Amino acid sequence: MFDDFFIRALIAGLGIALVTGPLGCFVVWRRLSYFGDTLAHSALLGVTLAYSFELNIALSVFIISSLIALILIQLQKKTNLPGDALLGLLAHSSLAVGLVVIGFLTFIRFDIMGLLFGDILAVTTDDLLIIWTGGALILLVLKLIWKPLFASTVNYELAEAEGLNPDRAKAIFTILMAAVIAISIKMVGLLLITGMLIIPAAMARNLSDSPQKMVLFSIIGGLLSVLLGLFSSLEFNTSSGPSIIMAALALFILSLLNIKQSIKLKN
Amino acid sequence: MSLENSTLVKLNNAGFKQNNKWLVEGVSLTVEKGKIVTLIGPNGSGKSTTAKIALGIYKNIEGSVEKYTNKVGYVPQKISIDWTLPLRVHDFMLLTENIRDEAIDEALNLTGVIHLKNKNLGNLSGGEFQRVLIARAISKKPELLVLDEPVQGVDYTGEIALYELIKRISDTLNCGILLISHDLHTVMTATYHVVCLNGHVCCSGTPMDVAKNNEYKTLFGEQASQILSVYEHKHDHVHSDKGEIKKN
Repeated sequence: MFDDFFIRALIAGLGIALVTGPLGCFVVWRRLSYFGDTLAHSALLGVTLAYSFELNIALSVFIISSLIALILIQLQKKTNLPGDALLGLLAHSSLAVGLVVIGFLTFIRFDIMGLLFGDILAVTTDDLLIIWTGGALILLVLKLIWKPLFASTVNYELAEAEGLNPDRAKAIFTILMAAVIAISIKMVGLLLITGMLIIPAAMARNLSDSPQKMVLFSIIGGLLSVLLGLFSSLEFNTSSGPSIIMAALALFILSLLNIKQSIKLKN
Repeated sequence: MSLENSTLVKLNNAGFKQNNKWLVEGVSLTVEKGKIVTLIGPNGSGKSTTAKIALGIYKNIEGSVEKYTNKVGYVPQKISIDWTLPLRVHDFMLLTENIRDEAIDEALNLTGVIHLKNKNLGNLSGGEFQRVLIARAISKKPELLVLDEPVQGVDYTGEIALYELIKRISDTLNCGILLISHDLHTVMTATYHVVCLNGHVCCSGTPMDVAKNNEYKTLFGEQASQILSVYEHKHDHVHSDKGEIKKN
């Protein structure tokens, strides 16, 4: 009925949505959307290095993104610059370095559009393995650090005082962010990954009154976005990333109607 | 049980410096099981800082902290909850530890806010939220309770009831309490040990000792010291208006 590549893309996309759902909630709660962007921008450098040294793309992106996150933490300690300035500095300089390196790699034909916006044709069986095992691992670790991470998101000092070690949870979460970007870059593209994290979570916020519900709705929203996005991508021959994000946006707009209704009900 | 074993947290000449300014220095105190230690002092005297040193929130401190328990309940002075978090009272009660539902209900009952259990945290009044904070701290049956102005914003009758509750908890759970309070009457009647801070330890001892202290009188005024009898004694330093110490 469908071509193999499309089945692969579906399986990959659904796997990614399962992971970006809960992680995206934390991105929204902890106000990390620009941080996610920075890691995604640095992913381009990771991809170019993967091509240069014939490494696995996900692994290379994961290493570079983690490295950028570490540099960010160090810069935050050592300088007096505000966080968003540091993020901008790292995002754009790593993007620039990545683009310059691409310029040197004349012997490789790059699909820049695919890299920026995702390409469902590019998903291989190996990628599926990486997405699903990597994704399962990410979710498992997130479950393990859920308590300290969530507690410190609500209030850092409470978590620290009551012995939950929030600094460790935060460091691990940073690595999880790098990992989720690494596994989803081929599908969603590096310009739109943050959207995949934030938009379903934002939609879920409009519908939920407890953290668990928000995570659940965020996952459902992500899965629906992937389904709607990929089918329309196939139908209209559009890039996979933008199609998925547009589907997520449509769901978000629908969730706004829910807010209006509940306000009407209250009045 | 030996005396050593009943110690929950011990500060040895502890201090904390931020931006090259001492927030508090040279604090030594011990909180033991079943005892209430109260910190008093004017605004900016380092009470909350001392509590955070004891809790291990501040890491790069002078001196040392010995902590002998991990079962800690904390009611901070300031806490702001973000609207981006959908959080009900019930979720908040489970924040740092998974507690049985009966224990949650019991704690919310004790502080008189059981009817708010399924309400969103953002919709509570200041006093209601304060009661939830106390309920959360006691529901996990801690060995050490650190209460930083726990009854702020609570109505007058509620205030008295909550202080009675705190005293009762210290007895029933046999937990040690480090309390920061402005209510001198409560401090003087319910407390085992008082530490009077003003950037450093001005005086400490039983409530009676402290009330007799001249520095306490200077800090809190004549009326406050009339809560108990006044006793003049010599002290070795005075304060500048910035709270710095000048040796006599």
